[in-house]
Amino acid sequence: MGLRKWLVGCLVLACVIGVGNMVPAVADEIVIGGQCDRTGPTKPVGIQICPGVLDYVKLVNKQGGVKGHTLRYIEVEHGYKVDRGVEAYERLKREGAVALLDYGTPIVYALTPRHMEDKIPGLTPGFGRADSTDGERYPYIFPMAASYWSQIGAAMQYLKDKGGTKKGSKIAYLFYDNPAGREPLAIFNRICEMEGYECRDFAVPAPGVEMASQVLDITRRMRADWVVGHLFGNAPSVSIKELKKNGFPLDKVLSLVWGAGEEDMRTAGWDTAQGYLGMQFAGVGRDFPVIQDIIKMYQAENQEVPEYVGWVYYNRGVLVAALMVEAIRLAIEQEGLPVTGEKVKKGFETIKDFTLGGFLPPLTVVASDHEGGGWVRIYQTKGEKLVPFTDWFRGYREIVLDEVKKAAKAEEKK
Amino acid sequence: MINREAGVFQTSYSSDMALYTLPLAKITVWVTLGLLLILPLPLMLGNNEHAMSIVNTIALAAIGAIGLNILNGYTGQISLGQGAFMAVGGYTAAIVSSRYGMPFWFGILAGGGMAALVGTLFGIPSLRIKGLYLAIATLAAQLIIEWTINHVSWIGGGAQSSIYVDTPTFLGLAFNNEFRRYYLILVFFLLAYFAAQNLVRSRVGRAFIAIRDRDVAAEIIGVNIFKYKLLAFAVSSFYAGVAGALWTYYLRIANYENFTLGVSIEYLTMIIIGGLGSVLGSVLGAIFIKLLPIVLDLSVIRIAKGVFGIPYESVANFLANFQLFIFGALIILFLIAEPEGLARLWENVKRYFRLWPYAY
Repeated sequence: MGLRKWLVGCLVLACVIGVGNMVPAVADEIVIGGQCDRTGPTKPVGIQICPGVLDYVKLVNKQGGVKGHTLRYIEVEHGYKVDRGVEAYERLKREGAVALLDYGTPIVYALTPRHMEDKIPGLTPGFGRADSTDGERYPYIFPMAASYWSQIGAAMQYLKDKGGTKKGSKIAYLFYDNPAGREPLAIFNRICEMEGYECRDFAVPAPGVEMASQVLDITRRMRADWVVGHLFGNAPSVSIKELKKNGFPLDKVLSLVWGAGEEDMRTAGWDTAQGYLGMQFAGVGRDFPVIQDIIKMYQAENQEVPEYVGWVYYNRGVLVAALMVEAIRLAIEQEGLPVTGEKVKKGFETIKDFTLGGFLPPLTVVASDHEGGGWVRIYQTKGEKLVPFTDWFRGYREIVLDEVKKAAKAEEKK
Repeated sequence: MINREAGVFQTSYSSDMALYTLPLAKITVWVTLGLLLILPLPLMLGNNEHAMSIVNTIALAAIGAIGLNILNGYTGQISLGQGAFMAVGGYTAAIVSSRYGMPFWFGILAGGGMAALVGTLFGIPSLRIKGLYLAIATLAAQLIIEWTINHVSWIGGGAQSSIYVDTPTFLGLAFNNEFRRYYLILVFFLLAYFAAQNLVRSRVGRAFIAIRDRDVAAEIIGVNIFKYKLLAFAVSSFYAGVAGALWTYYLRIANYENFTLGVSIEYLTMIIIGGLGSVLGSVLGAIFIKLLPIVLDLSVIRIAKGVFGIPYESVANFLANFQLFIFGALIILFLIAEPEGLARLWENVKRYFRLWPYAY
């Protein structure tokens, strides 16, 4: 009788799962949580960011925790699916997390109302809405890194200061045709009009691996002086190859933050990608005290240091964890125990000139600016490495902040 | 016996026409209803919003899956546009309630209505083409609707293609936690479930089934194919629209990235796993597809740590992919064990006990 076997099988499975779910809780530890995407469409990013967070938390615990309290970081895999993201959020909330890393633009959108309701601060570095910079409208959302608006502002500033653009220069904006890709357009167009550039935007439809016609248009018909790229996933490497194929100088291509990882260069070929400019909101490479500490931690455990330690996305994971830890430290210092979401929020808002040994821009967060100033840095592909090309800078701040204000007004009117 | 037709006599037409005639069936339904009603109480005591949110997600998915099953399972029209029709419902709800200040129930109805309209429009090709060709035509619906939401800023709400809505309130009560939202969703789920159960055994439902089994024959016996095919699309899209609108109010944002092609395929998987042509199957399929990955995620990591003593950090990538592997394997396993879906499996259980203790 097949049915009986089925029922028994199901019962055994249920028992196994039930046993597996019994995990004792430890008191006197601070729980923080984060979502991760090790299997979904942004997997190449996820498999570097998430170890970055885990390693930094481990390092802090090895060094005695935050003010003597051990941190427990819970990572939940969501595969970039919105419903799984909601589940992950609720799971972490139940575990008592006082700060969360939200991963993925649509998921940040979906979780924003929950963060407000539950008063748990959410870190959304490089994801989510640019207008969540406005901490008065979004008190519990912390981008903590340059938003897409700040990134495009900085890119245009760089073009003007060092790229030799002047009135009549031709600038192409090559972007992935999704909300995140379109977000900078408003600022891009405003700056173009103000400076009198000739600008055009070129949308790359999903999945972003076919852009021959757009690149041909940019290089042969428009004959652009500069290309500003804003692509995700596999698209950046395709753009590098296409632009190179059409003879466009790659040192006239400036990519926003999701288009300049080591994995992209490797896919495009390091030889091909020479000279490519990419924007970063965390330091790249291993020449930082914090990364050295992590390497020492690996060596102390006689483990091989993974190749990705010091890479772009790994370091962003470290950045996220470092900011959480700093906010919790400030929360304990100023507000005392027990640590709650509200206190951590205040902790975030008192972060001042936090640089972690040059690893971060001079980050200062206040209640009205959850972005921390919108600083970025440009790195260039040289050899098989990304090397610093500029110092931390930002640009067109007044236009960016004006756009943030406009968004707030539009929301009020609605 | 309470679980067999033998000895159960109906004495009026209405009792003969009842949805459930067996005593055991009636008891089961009432007990299930009661359990669904008090389900949040133990969770509320444990303050377990996590479990509640999983139930809510499943109930929302079940509404959409029932809708798709009416079109796919009962009428035999393959649709890859379920996600898009949900998006139509979601955005309609968001527009009417955030721009025109309408209450949420109106938004849900409007979302359903608008989705029915759009679904009917995209159902027109079904009058000429069938099977895989129709699937491709509905795929076009998915792409066209996604593109429209993305590029028409009146619909999409600007560059971010997302519209925030306020937390829905009813008679001064805000649906601001998972338990309250559960009751909001439950009402619509029950309406959707029993409406579908009754629809498929009505004149309309029989016409749908006739079209599925052979449309030429159906036409010959007098079924108006034009009318009923479009009606199937309308009903199915209405369900999708309601599910999309509810999803919007649940998250309090309409964002098309919740309704992509992957979602459409997920719904198709739900009804295939659950059982084509079964309302209960749609629900079981929704439970399978939505619950299993979460159960796997919760258990695999803990088994690895508890039973094998492996710390999460060192095997995180493997575990994440391993879960997908098990999930896929289980789908195949269930389909091999019972190609007609979980609903058929449940039928088999019932049949077994109908003859029990004799095997024949």
